Amino acid sequence: MTAISDQQQLSYIAAQAADARVNVEIESEGMTLNLGPQHPATHGTLRIVAKLDGEQVIKADPVMGYMHRGYEKLTEVRTYPQVTTLINRIDWLGSFANEVPFILAAEKLMEVEAPPRAQWIRTILFEMSRIANVVLFLGDMAVQVGAVTPVFFAFRDREHILNQMEAVTGGRFHPNFDRIGGLKDDLPAGWIDETHQVMKKMRRFCDEMENLVMGNEIFQARSRGIGVIPADVGLSYGLSGANIRASGVDYDLRRDNPCGMVHDQTDWKVWTHPDGDSFARFWVRLQEVRESTSIVDQLLRTMPSGPIMAKVPRIIKVPAGEAYVETENPLGAMGYYIVSKGDLVPFRVKIRSASFSNVSITPWLLQGVYVPDIITILGSLYFILGDIDR
Amino acid sequence: MMILSELAYWESTSLRVVGGLAAVLLMAGTLVYIHLFKLVSFMQSRLGPMETGPYGSLQLLAEVGKFLQKEDIFPRKADRFVFAAAPFVILMSTFLLVVVVPGGPDAWFIDSDLGIYLAMAVSSVSVIGILMAGWGSANKYSLMGGLRATGQLIAYELPLILAVVGVVIQAGTMNMQGIVLAQADGSIFGWSGIGNPFLLTQAVGFFVFMIAMQAELTQSPFDMPVAESELVTGYMTEYSGMRFLMFFIGEFATAGVFSAIAAVLFLGGWYVPGIDSASNAFNVIGPLVMLGKVVFLSFLVFWFRFTFPRFREDQLQKLAWKFLIPIALVNIVATGILKVAF
Repeated sequence: MTAISDQQQLSYIAAQAADARVNVEIESEGMTLNLGPQHPATHGTLRIVAKLDGEQVIKADPVMGYMHRGYEKLTEVRTYPQVTTLINRIDWLGSFANEVPFILAAEKLMEVEAPPRAQWIRTILFEMSRIANVVLFLGDMAVQVGAVTPVFFAFRDREHILNQMEAVTGGRFHPNFDRIGGLKDDLPAGWIDETHQVMKKMRRFCDEMENLVMGNEIFQARSRGIGVIPADVGLSYGLSGANIRASGVDYDLRRDNPCGMVHDQTDWKVWTHPDGDSFARFWVRLQEVRESTSIVDQLLRTMPSGPIMAKVPRIIKVPAGEAYVETENPLGAMGYYIVSKGDLVPFRVKIRSASFSNVSITPWLLQGVYVPDIITILGSLYFILGDIDR
Repeated sequence: MMILSELAYWESTSLRVVGGLAAVLLMAGTLVYIHLFKLVSFMQSRLGPMETGPYGSLQLLAEVGKFLQKEDIFPRKADRFVFAAAPFVILMSTFLLVVVVPGGPDAWFIDSDLGIYLAMAVSSVSVIGILMAGWGSANKYSLMGGLRATGQLIAYELPLILAVVGVVIQAGTMNMQGIVLAQADGSIFGWSGIGNPFLLTQAVGFFVFMIAMQAELTQSPFDMPVAESELVTGYMTEYSGMRFLMFFIGEFATAGVFSAIAAVLFLGGWYVPGIDSASNAFNVIGPLVMLGKVVFLSFLVFWFRFTFPRFREDQLQKLAWKFLIPIALVNIVATGILKVAF
């Protein structure tokens, strides 16, 4: 009778153990969840097709185009002054800012420059539309993580800005006020003092949001470390605006590429945040509203007098050529590439809108996050559907 | 009630049914009007309903009328019976809860020695209704909401019960009436001016109970199951018309009933200092005192609801298991030791 060697016995035990081993991972098929096009958290009709394992996202794809309105094509059958009516509706929360880069590109082709007063007012309205836009973000971000009250404060205080916009331009949402070579009208009487008051209110609103939302532990727990965008990844996806500044990239077109506006006449700071997470994006936008109010205050104090319209022909024909102008809009860098054949209408207009690039990072960003975080991340990226689909 | 026991069974039962309906519906209506329509509106710098009746007081009737007119929609792939039954199960849990709440020395539905034990048991029934609604709707959002709700409610059932245990140890009874009397006839170091509301001695228990109650009611910051910005409205997504209204009544009536239970456990229930606790007057003013305390406690619930963002699912589980349950257990141990010592 031969005794079993220790070696044999060990291998026998190992084989038995291997047979007995049970795969404890529960095999489950993924579930495909359609977030949108009709969904409360997508600010319109963005659709996210998320493949889920439990509540974890394996793969998420944004589907765009449900609100495509063909503005690039429509501009080809409209004269230059008529185009501003259309492009007002791209980013409908900060409409005036949409007109500016287009007008600047057209001015560049026509080689006219708006008189100083027009540039001053243009910059003021540009910054005010940024405030109107970002203020709503500050309230809306809180809704995305579940606090319902701050958004009412945001709507309440945005009303002051809209009233001031209406007083100047006649339109609350769609001013259609910028003209090639200047502006449609001068400021109404008493507007400057009122606007100083409004800026004070907006600063108070920022303090309120800082206490109510940003200082809240639950908000911080929900947004810190969620949706981290490293600077190099963000740049490779073409992110711009507060989204890239929240990743620590010190890049602001108002400072780096001033054209046609007078931000360089004021004393202000470009805020960045090293973290790159949802909280950083909220923080940077909050600081930007404060900076914008200070820019508006400074410009109102230093406003020159003079005409608000340069000498331009009554019928505008833009000389043949190509021009691209990009400005730092509320949502990020927005640019218009105009090709003119010397006609009444543009030959071709290409609109570079910020949200389109900002949303294109979502497949990368949403990998492996949980369903509640999808909403936080989308909220913090802050896109406007009109700005994605145009 | 003395008279109630002399009546025939069917008479006393129908009296109880009418009383129960009134208690649930009136309380839900009061809370919806005071808190959801008015308090929240003032917090959000708006007025709330102003047109229907004086200060919009008839808005509630208008809303009910609106819901009654709406079509009762069943999703095509819904499990029809489960889908239809779910709101009734949730409402049933609310009605079963209200029966243990006393309104005065003789004004009660049942005077059971199991009292609070029964309440804790039947409050879990709503989990089944929520799971039925989530599963029966044949909707992914509903299912996720239902599953989240189930996980959450089970996790917070535990701190809720553990918080109650402290009160039960101190009162020496599980009878709701007995708990009220223990507070009414108690004394603070010999001074019996205001009785001995357990809020003072069981402050930790009250704290845990209110947080766990907030989670049981799936109110923000624990409203992950109905998170309207991600799951639309969770397990209620597919409901419309009358059935949605039942969910709605269930939500607010349960908020009221839980507040009533908290009032009994920690604020002395129907008792107010200054009147002898055996006095007959409490049968009349008792229910009103209860309503006042309920409005106060549910004010806290809705205040938090409309102030805080919501926890993520894993964060709220962490809060329950790693924070609330340990301090509730410590509270029980401390209460037990002090009970034996004094």
